[in-house]
Amino acid sequence: MSKMRSPKIDPSEITPKEIYQARRLFMRMAAGVTLAALAPSVPRAGEALPGVRKSRYVLPDALTPYADATRYNNFYEFGTDKESPARLAGRLKTRPWTIAVEGEVHKPKVFDIDELLKLAPLEERIYRMRCVEAWSMVVPWAGFSLAELLKRVEPTGNAKFVEFTTLHDPEQMPGQNSSLLEWPYREGLRLDEAMHPLTLLAFGLYGEVLPNQNGAPLRLVVPWKYGFKSAKSIVRIRLLEHQPVSTWMRAGPNEYGFYANVNPLVDHPRWSQAKERRLGEFFKQPTLMFNGYAEDVAQLYAGMDLQKLF
Amino acid sequence: MQTPSEQTTRWLNYGILLAGLMPFLQLAQGGFAHELGANPVETIAHTTGLWALRLLLATLAITPLRAIRGWHWLARMRRGIALLGFFYATLHVLNYLVFDHFFDWREIVQDVLRRPHIAAGLTSFLIMVPLAATSSKSVAKRLGSRSWQRLHRGAYAAAIAGVFHYFWLVKQDTSSPALYAAILALLLCLRLDAASRTRPGDRNHSGHQPSSSHPSGIAKPRPTQ
Repeated sequence: MSKMRSPKIDPSEITPKEIYQARRLFMRMAAGVTLAALAPSVPRAGEALPGVRKSRYVLPDALTPYADATRYNNFYEFGTDKESPARLAGRLKTRPWTIAVEGEVHKPKVFDIDELLKLAPLEERIYRMRCVEAWSMVVPWAGFSLAELLKRVEPTGNAKFVEFTTLHDPEQMPGQNSSLLEWPYREGLRLDEAMHPLTLLAFGLYGEVLPNQNGAPLRLVVPWKYGFKSAKSIVRIRLLEHQPVSTWMRAGPNEYGFYANVNPLVDHPRWSQAKERRLGEFFKQPTLMFNGYAEDVAQLYAGMDLQKLF
Repeated sequence: MQTPSEQTTRWLNYGILLAGLMPFLQLAQGGFAHELGANPVETIAHTTGLWALRLLLATLAITPLRAIRGWHWLARMRRGIALLGFFYATLHVLNYLVFDHFFDWREIVQDVLRRPHIAAGLTSFLIMVPLAATSSKSVAKRLGSRSWQRLHRGAYAAAIAGVFHYFWLVKQDTSSPALYAAILALLLCLRLDAASRTRPGDRNHSGHQPSSSHPSGIAKPRPTQ
């Protein structure tokens, strides 16, 4: 029996490595194109956000003009002046985007943004937004209570605080090339504050997909606290046993506290918090205790010295 | 550089006045057209404050430029530039009094007492008031050139207070106030250097180092204007 001999392969018949690899690349690209065609397109700022319901959270105050709310932003990841975020935030890619919910929870999970959007019905909520710099606006946000998400991951008995982390990618967020703040941006809430129904996980404003400069694809909105507490472009939510140190606390511990509740009686060391200027208005108006949400949230701070725990 | 004629100097001064008024005209136009952004009061405060500081530093740069480059004719531009700076400082203060606080004097007094940057800003402005008031030739003549000069050295104090005002008010990004502080520090160094070369009362520069080709010109009595 003669041994079976494999037929000789002429070297010219061997597929060159580059072509072989190019073919794989082509297949992958084809698959990508097919997937992209099947998947809903990336929602863009300015597109209507479907299925947003009206809610009981309305205000008698006039809404801040859309142009002001989307062109006058504090978002240091895109520069320290108010106009830079609107100019530079186009670099931020909001898809694919995942949010890791982890720490002191029974069911940690990494959510895809499009999955999170369907977690609970989106509501329109008109909130006052008071910046620590004594200006304010009135914005109709679209989202649902953060509690909806936190309930699903089941916080453990040890969970006392929640930490929010913004994306860290200097390629997309050029402001992170400066060491002005410690990146990534971190903020925190006490668990009861995070579970409060007013605390909103927002995906849109004015019925539309959140513009990047306002914190796309999802941000926090805590209306009774100064604006910097409402972390933008969140990638991680971590439940903790101990109080986290937020970015602004680290940058100026005697100027920015963990609570940062809007309080006209407690001045910022360098300016008064008694009054505020609504965007679009010339003269200032008095600032309200807890930004006008005292009825809903004052009991969270019963017995606390708000002068010390500012 | 050739010293320009009287005629040219006058035209240069008109040019400076016109150019110096441009930021104000832009603000006014933007105000009427509602194009000062989401926070017009802040835009007015920033623009007027920055131009006041820039023009103040420009007036302080004239003496060193005369000394280093020998451009003595620049002295004749100084009054116009300084008064333009005072004009912007006045607008800045008015914006604060009217739009920011609407003449709430109790609040304003508290603001000055509690906030170092407001106190520094007010100090800077209050120093500038007598300088602007004594800027005319006739008042300068009546005061005599020595006391006039002594008084107008206050411009340095006004600039120092102005830079502190800017430094202390920004929230986190101090890069822009740091730039102005650096320029002011350079101007102060030049001033102190020049002062150290001339002993007090030494009018004819006998102690001047011969190696320096350009007299400092700083401690010299002002040329008659």
